[in-house]
Amino acid sequence: MNYHWNWQIFFEPNPTGSGTYLDMLLSGLALTIKTALTAWIIALVFGSVVGVLRTLPSKVAGWIGFCYVEFFRNMPLLVQLFLWFFVLPELLPRAAGLWLKQMPNAPFWTASIGVGLFMSARVAVQLAAGIASLPRGQKQAATALGLTTAQTYRYVLLPMAYRIILPPLTSEFLNTVKNTAVAITIGLIELTGQARAMQEFSFQVFEAFTAATIMYLLVNIVVVTGMRFLERKVAIPGYIAGK
Amino acid sequence: MKRLLSIGFALAAALGAAEAGAQELTGTLKNIKETGTITLGHRDSSIPFSYLDDNQKPIGYAMDICYKIVDAVKKELKLDKLEVKLNPVTSSTRIPLLANGTIDLECGSTTNNAERQKQISFTNTHFLTASRYVSKKSSKLNSIDDLKGKAVVSTAGTTNIKQLTEANAARGLNVNIIPAKDHAEAFLMVETDRAVAFVMDDILLASLVAGSKTPDNYVISKDAFSKPEPYGIMLRKDDPAFKKVVDAATAALYTGGEGQKIYDKWFTQKIPPKGLNLNTPIAAELKNEFAKPSDSPDPDSYK
Repeated sequence: MNYHWNWQIFFEPNPTGSGTYLDMLLSGLALTIKTALTAWIIALVFGSVVGVLRTLPSKVAGWIGFCYVEFFRNMPLLVQLFLWFFVLPELLPRAAGLWLKQMPNAPFWTASIGVGLFMSARVAVQLAAGIASLPRGQKQAATALGLTTAQTYRYVLLPMAYRIILPPLTSEFLNTVKNTAVAITIGLIELTGQARAMQEFSFQVFEAFTAATIMYLLVNIVVVTGMRFLERKVAIPGYIAGK
Repeated sequence: MKRLLSIGFALAAALGAAEAGAQELTGTLKNIKETGTITLGHRDSSIPFSYLDDNQKPIGYAMDICYKIVDAVKKELKLDKLEVKLNPVTSSTRIPLLANGTIDLECGSTTNNAERQKQISFTNTHFLTASRYVSKKSSKLNSIDDLKGKAVVSTAGTTNIKQLTEANAARGLNVNIIPAKDHAEAFLMVETDRAVAFVMDDILLASLVAGSKTPDNYVISKDAFSKPEPYGIMLRKDDPAFKKVVDAATAALYTGGEGQKIYDKWFTQKIPPKGLNLNTPIAAELKNEFAKPSDSPDPDSYK
């Protein structure tokens, strides 16, 4: 292969005048982390609400939860981001659309919300499965004790369900981090975007993407370790997740 | 006996010649001779340099030039038949595919600059383009200073966004710079009013405008962010024998007047598939370059 390796490239100044190429990649990494965390919070909040809806005795609630999940998980993430970014503002009244378009940091918020809602459908399904996996007796016992439905969920079902689904939630968190890379399609210059920019400026393709790969790997190792720690911390002795 | 000797001599001479010939050939030329094929990398939507027509066949200004180079290589290697393979590339894949030998030439609209020359080589410049901006006529942005405080888009990772960043700092424009993934999306941002202007190579802007729904609504600025910068066809670095053949072929093409003819075909006439006309007659700088072909990455050398 006729390729000129140059690992020193990371310490050479980048042409945008904001430090070295490494600084460029690190600024992308920071944006990736920021987007992923915002998206993950949105995914947890909306996923929990919808997950609970799907397990409620009410038929209407179950139906709403079903529609939500199928809407968000059956469309490619790329298409969803495109719809949020380019199509939604055109459907709104002109003034509102213009406000949305000229909002500062529009790609960041669109990406966080878009990725967050996409992931929330997956969290919802897992939470519903976690609740369904609890013995029916728990809910019946709660009702017999005179707890309302809200109290049953708050004090009996959800604390156990969340513990059960912690391991799959770890992989959803990892997916959230990785899915932020799709946001370059709406102009969010996160880690993948900066790696591409570095490649265009310097033509050192392999160095740029090797560095990006390592950075993604490190972030995800931190996530995995953190979630393991959390699992051990909240484990209840004698139950599935505990020892 | 005498006859045998002469046959022997002839054989020895032939062998010697063949050996000498084989020794001379190195790198890409050797490869082309051995396989009988040359592979051209092409783009899919770089109008009018290298793009797909309605039969999904790559055509364009740079493709025409590359076919002329192929003819010259065929002549140089004295081949009866040289098979041409076509391989699509994108801005992300063009370097790896050139480096690992998948393609031998990249025929497109790649800017030739000093930093990139550390990785690959360029042959003689086939086009010169400056950074300008396109905006809607209705926004009445007549000069760069009119962009003050507005949202302006450019494609991420291009030399253009770098020039915009520099101009923004140097002139205190306070422009909100939005990076876009590719040219089509950047233009979409102007179309949908997410940005008032799109900074890009003027020729690419001309093709985007010509291909838009309402070409009359857009105007390309007179003000430029840069001096005209050269586009070149890429080849592998450190392969002087191949570069010599390619340089000689393009130099002959440009100085002989045929380069101008190919130029006119793609830039001043209707081009397939939709019959667009870019209406961009040859600029004085490019005309000078055609008279004295050069592969310099320095914009100042093209005056």
